[in-house]
This record gives sequence, C-alpha cells and structure tokens, in this order.
Amino acid sequence: MWKTIVRRLFIMIPQLFVLSIIIFILAKFMPGDPFTGLITPETDPARIEELSEKAGLNDPLYVQYIRWIGNAIQGDFGISYTFKRDVGELVGERALNTFWLSLFSVILLYFIAIPLGILAGRYQHSRLEKSIVLYSFITYAIPTFVLSLVFLYLFGFKLEWFPTSGSVDIRYDEGTFGYYWSKFYHIILPAITYALLGTTGIIQYLRSEIIDAKAMDYVRTARSKGIPMRIVYSKHIFRNSLLPIAAFLGFTITGLLGGSIFIETIFGYPGMGQLFVSSINSRDYSVITALVMLFGFLTLLGSLLSDIIMSIVDPRIRIE
Amino acid sequence: MAKKKYKRKHYRTSSPTGLQILIREFLKDKLALFSLFSLAFVIIGVFVWGYYFIDQETLMRISLSDSYAKPGGEFLLGADQGGKDIFGQMIIGAKNSIFIAISITLITGVFGVIVGLICGYYGGWIDQLLMRVIDFFITIPSLMLIIVFVTIVPKYTVGAFIVIMSLFLWTGTARLVRSKTLSESKRDYVLASKTLGTSDFVIIVREILPNLSSIIIVEFTLNFAGNVGIETGLSYLGFGLPMTTPSLGTLVSHANNPLVLQQYWWVWLPASLLILFMMLAINYVGQALRRSADARQRLG
Repeated sequence: MWKTIVRRLFIMIPQLFVLSIIIFILAKFMPGDPFTGLITPETDPARIEELSEKAGLNDPLYVQYIRWIGNAIQGDFGISYTFKRDVGELVGERALNTFWLSLFSVILLYFIAIPLGILAGRYQHSRLEKSIVLYSFITYAIPTFVLSLVFLYLFGFKLEWFPTSGSVDIRYDEGTFGYYWSKFYHIILPAITYALLGTTGIIQYLRSEIIDAKAMDYVRTARSKGIPMRIVYSKHIFRNSLLPIAAFLGFTITGLLGGSIFIETIFGYPGMGQLFVSSINSRDYSVITALVMLFGFLTLLGSLLSDIIMSIVDPRIRIE
Repeated sequence: MAKKKYKRKHYRTSSPTGLQILIREFLKDKLALFSLFSLAFVIIGVFVWGYYFIDQETLMRISLSDSYAKPGGEFLLGADQGGKDIFGQMIIGAKNSIFIAISITLITGVFGVIVGLICGYYGGWIDQLLMRVIDFFITIPSLMLIIVFVTIVPKYTVGAFIVIMSLFLWTGTARLVRSKTLSESKRDYVLASKTLGTSDFVIIVREILPNLSSIIIVEFTLNFAGNVGIETGLSYLGFGLPMTTPSLGTLVSHANNPLVLQQYWWVWLPASLLILFMMLAINYVGQALRRSADARQRLG
C-alpha cells in the first residue's frame, strides 16, 4: 500500500520537473518583461541595463531557471504587475474560491449521479433507464460554455433566481451570516452547471456495474436465502458497486480544473480559472506561470488520489 | 466458375460484411439514422452555401443603421452590433469550425494510429519511451498550455492553431490503438505470418490495421465531436481562431456582453444551438458506429 503511494510520488517528480522547464521556456517567449509599467521611452538605457542586471536577466538561462524554481518551491512566484501584489497571495485567495466551488460541485455531482446510476442499473430495459441514458448522453455531448451561457441567460437574467457574477455581495461584512449565505448563493448556479456536466462517467459506470452484479453468485445466494430484492439492492449490490465509484473522485477533480476556465469566466466567479483568462489577456506572466504550475500539480495529485483509492478498494492492481 | 459462385454465396450467409452490419445498425436506430442524414445535410449545406452564395466582403461590411436588427425581414436571423447578417456569419463560422475540426481529427488520428501501432507491435524500449511521453501529456493541464501557446505564437494563423491543438490531442488515439495492437499482435494469425517470414511492415499495415479499422473509425468520429467542442470553446474565450477567421465560438462570444446576452438573443443563441446540434448528432452517430463495431452491443 505505502509502497504504491511512495512509488507514485516518485513518478510525479520528473513529470513536474519537465512541466516546469516547459513553462519556464514559454514564459521567456511571452511578450513583455517584468519591468513593463516601470519604464517609459524616456528611461535611460543604462538604467534598464542596471535593472536587468539586478533582476538577473543577463545570467545564463539555466541559472535563471534554478533561481526561478528555487523561489517557486518556496511559494515565491514574484509580483503580479496588473494587481501589484504578491502572486502567491493572489493565487491563494483565488484558489480558496475555486476550492469552495469545486467542493460544492463534487458533492452535488455525486448526489445526482449515484441515484441515477443505481436506478438505471436496477430498472434495466425500462423507460426510466432509457431516459437516464439519454440524459447522460446529452450532458456528455453538450459543451461546457454552451450550457453555462444558457443557464446564465435563463436562471440569471430571465428568471433572476441567481446572481450573474461575483463570489459575494459587497453589502455584507465578512464574518456575518449574510456574508456566508451570499457566498453560498453565488456558488449554486455554477456548481449546478458543473455537476450536471460531470455526471456521465459515474452514471454509466454504476449502471453497468449493477447490471453485471445482478448475475453474480452472491446475489443469487442472497436471493435464495429469502432476502427481498429491495434489500439485496440496497445492501449487497450497492456496497459492491459503490467502491469503484470513489476512485472517480480523482478524475472528477481533474475534470473540474479544466472546466473551471470556462465556468468561472462565464459566471464571473473570481477563482483560478477566471484569473488565468484575465492574466492571459493582460499578459501578466508571473501569474500565468504560477497558475499553470499549480494546475499541473493538482492534476497530478488528482490522478494520484484516484490510484490510491483504487489500490485501497482493489488490492489486485497495487504496484509491487 | 460454379464453385466460385457457391463459395461467395456461402460466405454471404455465414457472416455479414462490415457495411451490412453498419446499415442494419443505423436502420434499427432511427435517431442515429436521422442524426447521420441531418449532419450530412448541415455539413454539405454549410460548405456549398459558404462557398457559392456568400461573399465574405459584403457579409463583413458594417452598416450601423442595421445595428441589432431583429430576426425576420431583411436578415433571416437578425444582425449584430455592426449590422452584419448573423445567418451568413453562422454559415461561414460553421464552415471554418467544421473544416478545422476535421483537419485536427485527421492529423491527430493518423499520428496517433502510427504511434499506437508501433508501440503496440514492437513493444520494448520504444514503447516504454513513447508511453512515458503520453503519460506526461495526459497529466499536464493541456487546455491551459494550448491557450499559452496561442498567445505567444508570432504571426498567429489558422495553420498554427491546428498544429498547436494537434500537438496536445493525439495521445488518446495513440493509447487506444496501442492497447488494441498489443492484444492483436499476440493472436495466431500474426504469429503464423511471422513464421512465414512476412515483413513487419506488411503485418502491421495489411493484417493488423484492417482488424482495428472499426475501432479507429469510431475513435475518429468521437474525436471529431470533441474537436468541434474544443475549437468553438477556445474561440469563444478568444484563444481559438484568429480574429479574421470567424468561428461559431466567436459568434457565441458576443454573449460575453451582458446586454447582448439579455436582449439580443438572436446574436448568440442560434450559433450555440448549432454547436449543440452538431455535438449531439456526431456523438450519436459515433455511438451507433461503436455498437456496430462491438458484436455484444449490436441492436440489429
């Protein structure tokens, strides 16, 4: 068990290393430099030279890389020139917003997907199953940005049920009940969108798992002992089919990160995805590099989490 | 002569050809048949209409008196802020989106199939190496890196966009083809061919590849749908096609302006619905193809 985890962690290191090199090189190609805004056409070229020397831009590339990665490991990604703030602090603040949105989305997602998957598997060949399969097909095919826009238009602007942008109403002070309620209220619509789009995998998996389980020996044994089918479903089959679903958690997190770029931009939710798009537009590359690194790290963490859960649930796939 | 005829007849009754299975599958599933025909209608219609009936110069001419003209009347689907016909822009946008999605699908598909065949057939260090590369591609935030690439490429063109997208999207096909080739290359017919001294190239191209063709067709179809989604999504964010090349996503991105989103629904909704329709139809056709490729799932 521990061997598996440690091994997986070791595999992560070279991947992060290669990713960091790619990001570093890309950052070097980005237009603009860290002095944008500090210098004007009238600035003395000698002064610019002095600034570059001080910032270490004249050093060989590998020295610059080592310095950058050294700072990055300590959480120092430099200063964002559009926000005039420490990048680590800024990203941390946005990451917290994204975290709450993701957490709520994942809870909602499992609440929708698990009952639907179970029903579809239990009532095979029924109308109910057909409509659940159709539902999961549609949510699989629909692009994130189209559904988000339609929801924003319908529930945000037409019906005015939900706020259309931001993460909290500025009228409330931090710490009051109204403040937290407002935060929650802003999360609902993007989270529903997220959750609806992510259900397909779990529904399909759970459905086929339950259909397969029906033919298993343990189900027949339970039936022959006189246990009602209702209890066989809720106790025996449910438990067996649910464990692999836990392993989906890691993939779900990975999917959420990709989707956050669209959903946060459309719903104007100040999370990491929205920060990324706005930083790209303002060419704020210290923020961009920090975000790509963080997303890469979180994606790896997600797949690690999946592997760990999988190896707890199913000992056969552990790496020796 | 008579013997030959008998043989062919016997063959026909024993197992249907791939095409027959396909036709039967589509006839059984009326929705898939409808998807196939309407998709063909839309794609052919968009290309014919786009090339022969729309002049991009006149289409892109700004006329402020028609700003946000309502649907009906002079413009079938109304006009945008600059008084440009939405319907015409939608046709041109759809033409570009479909063309680009097809290009990306073909490039990533061909590359992925070649890599997958080589990895799966030869195994050994070459497989190890390429699999590490693929693993790496799968664990990086590719959407973000595509956006970063798009913004730093100088003289950004449609070709550059296709190359950048293809760079990140070939790995799925490669993995699938590799695993199928791996199991296929252990079959008796491959071993027999090897014993006979057939060259590796001939075994891969003339013996293994035809056996993978149905899976590859399914994969191409589903990738096509995925690529339409990614391209329109990126263009929607403003990191897709260059501004000079309209895409369906560009049309939808007018909705970023809350005023347009609320009041001028005809600017963004038709393009969104067209994207939605294409995604559903392509995926549905893909599912029907997948069912006919797998004997256990067939309806007919």
